[in-house]
Amino acid sequence: MSENQVNVLERKPVILIIVTLLVILIGSVVTALLPFFMEGMEVKISTVRPYTALELEGRDIYMREGCNNCHTQTVRPLRDEVLRYGEFSKSGEFAYDHPFLWGSKRTGPDLARIGGKYPDSWHVQHMTDPRSLVKESNMPAYAFMATTPLDPSNIKSKMGALRTVGVPYTDEEIAAAPELLAGKTEMDAMVAYLQVLGTMINKAAVETVVDSATVSPVVPDSLVTTPETEVK
Amino acid sequence: MEERYDSWPVKAYTYSMIIWGLASLLYGVVISLQLVYPGLNFGEWFSYGRLRPIHTNGGAFGFGLSGIFALSYYMVPRLAKAPLFLPKLAKFNFWLYNLTIAAAVITLHLGFSTTKEYAELEWPIDILVVLFWVFFAVNMLGTILTKTVSKMYVSLWYVIATILGVAVLYIFNNLAVPASLFKSYSLYAGVNDANVQWWYGHNAVAFVFTTPILAIFFYFFPKVTNLPLFSHRLSIVAFWSLVFMYLWTGAHHLIWTPVPDWLQTVAIAFSLMLIAPSWGSVINGYLTMGNNWEQMKTNYLAKFFILGITFYGLQTLQGPSQAIRSISSLIHYTDWVPGHVHMGTMGWFAMTIMASFYYVIPKIYKTDLYSVKLANTHFWLVFTGQIIYSISMWIAGIMQGAMWKATNADGSLKYTFQDSITASYIYWDIRSIGGIIFLAGAIVFAYNIFKTIQQGSQASKVKTEGAV
Ligand code: HEC
Ligand code: HEM
Ligand code: HEM
Repeated sequence: MSENQVNVLERKPVILIIVTLLVILIGSVVTALLPFFMEGMEVKISTVRPYTALELEGRDIYMREGCNNCHTQTVRPLRDEVLRYGEFSKSGEFAYDHPFLWGSKRTGPDLARIGGKYPDSWHVQHMTDPRSLVKESNMPAYAFMATTPLDPSNIKSKMGALRTVGVPYTDEEIAAAPELLAGKTEMDAMVAYLQVLGTMINKAAVETVVDSATVSPVVPDSLVTTPETEVK
Repeated sequence: MEERYDSWPVKAYTYSMIIWGLASLLYGVVISLQLVYPGLNFGEWFSYGRLRPIHTNGGAFGFGLSGIFALSYYMVPRLAKAPLFLPKLAKFNFWLYNLTIAAAVITLHLGFSTTKEYAELEWPIDILVVLFWVFFAVNMLGTILTKTVSKMYVSLWYVIATILGVAVLYIFNNLAVPASLFKSYSLYAGVNDANVQWWYGHNAVAFVFTTPILAIFFYFFPKVTNLPLFSHRLSIVAFWSLVFMYLWTGAHHLIWTPVPDWLQTVAIAFSLMLIAPSWGSVINGYLTMGNNWEQMKTNYLAKFFILGITFYGLQTLQGPSQAIRSISSLIHYTDWVPGHVHMGTMGWFAMTIMASFYYVIPKIYKTDLYSVKLANTHFWLVFTGQIIYSISMWIAGIMQGAMWKATNADGSLKYTFQDSITASYIYWDIRSIGGIIFLAGAIVFAYNIFKTIQQGSQASKVKTEGAV
């Protein structure tokens, strides 16, 4: 920049404002906007479906209670992580997650593959009183969930809002939703959500994703299976 | 001369800075203790998952923004040599802002949360945030546009960047479709949502924890030391490279996640490059001291600012290293990260903001600081508290990362997750002690400021009564 240009920026606030805004927008457009139009961002997985009304209610309770402040929902393609939690996470698994709930801190373990790990009754007991099952846990107790009935009054507008942002709920599904929630407690919803987490992808689907490496941005399979290549 | 400048907003935001500041620190101590004593989760309104966002939002947007607003209302008119553009709007905005923060605290207690970090507030409150930000922008930019000086000092550049950056980031990350008054769903899904969130999240670091604090540093540091800034040109070069690079780095929060590799790599590269502009500011601060390092002994405020910029320097070396894939695989998701976070927030951010008030409050109340001795006590308390906090968390973080990775000879995992929790309790205890010491320092600060205000108000009362 020549001395002259610097002077203009130093003297003319309007020009400084415009140039600063443009400079801020360059990186933003490339790294935040452009990816929306890129194919590799979200690989379709045919077995991934929208959440049922009950699971959705559970997810909303998960958000309300801020479980994401202690739990992550992404298994990284690292050997120890795959051993501990299971198959590493694929982009397509989160296609209907508005918002994403990956978290940033593991005060408790990752929950991306928690579905099916324990029976429902374990979760009920654990949510009610975590220390009755894991003596030195510091997870808060959520006993009130078992006695709080679900409020079905918002479910239609919730599913409607999700449809607006792209989740393919049908009119029938939305109409039937309140009935599915009748008589259920918050605990039922919470457990339904936990039990579906990470289960929508089956082994066969995983293989196809990894094979179609042309569109798949995921880390190569070899990283996961060979012990020596834990981190490149 | 001083009378030209409206001091009402500065005085008012000083109070809100102290109130939200002490409150968010108290929340910090409470959540820290909850991790050790889960019995402290009193019912759903006071459980950890709801309190943690109150602590983070309270720190950044209650304490931080109040401080940034107060100091901007002080320095922008003085740098532009122009009266505040719309003083009435500033008054109105003070109440709007505080109403918004109070609503934020209440709704987060009630569990109305979008869960996106530093953007947890639900849509009606987001609208209030946008409004108070626009009003702040109008006042600041209006004052700058009516300036009577020819050149704009670098602090004004950083204020402008802050205003624009926060506006762009906040709006685009919070776009959502409401389902009811306090429930909405993000416009974006999954990987894209994560990517947009961390583009926002890291740039909240850039435009709340960095650019306004650099504006404050470059204005108040030369004032308190009575030394001219070493190089205006260096600060301008650092400005452009910082403002350009920060926006590319969001995905360094998403290393090893399903976000495409190229995005991660771009973020890592830009994170490493960010060392240059960050250290441009650090070096500018150090060289400003020139041959006057004896001020570290004689001038309590030089100590605050030099320590603040030093923490900033350490922070901007540690941050880029955390972005590297191999290091990330060890420390990501562990307590190392809160260690990093609090070196920046407690060391650089809070230290610099509080020090500036020691300069501003005596000036606008036309008196001396109530007690330099107490200010020194404050310094040593927050310094000790912060060091204890970060060091205990770095050790805990590496331990957790190593335990999660450790395998036996047969390739099986050596530790259960619970083993790593059990081993962490001692560090969470130590962190809580550090936090309590830091909070004590902040209370000493608040007391000193109140006493100074009282002293100044009494002196001016005597003066006016004497005149009558
Ligand atoms: C203060 C942090 C914290 C919060 C908040 C928290 N948890 Fe936990 N959670 C933990 C810890 C620590 C463990 C591991 C010890 C245990 O099993 O209790 C855990 C374990 C779990 C497990 C068992 C995981 C496994 O693989 O064994 C589930 C399921 C779970 N939490 C669900 C939840 C849900 C749902 C919420 C929100 C309603 C929640 N947690 C909130 C800390 C937390
Ligand atoms: C008394 C001093 C403080 C204490 C005891 C404290 C405590 C805590 C605790 C316990 C956490 C949660 C860490 C975890 O998830 O494991 C946290 C997070 C956080 N705190 Fe503080 N804090 C203090 C001061 C501050 C200050 C002054 C700020 C300034 C804004 C701040 C900003 C944050 C942020 C941004 C996070 C989120 C970190 C992340 O997501 O990794 N804290 N704090
Ligand atoms: C060159 C500058 C910096 C770089 C490249 C950088 C890099 C990083 C990285 C890579 C992480 C993610 C760690 C992880 O989760 O694995 C992180 C977290 C964080 N950093 Fe920095 N950092 C920088 C400066 C700062 C400064 C000055 C602050 C001021 C307070 C700060 C505050 C934070 C916060 C609050 C988080 C936690 C975010 C969360 O998980 O909620 N950083 N930083």
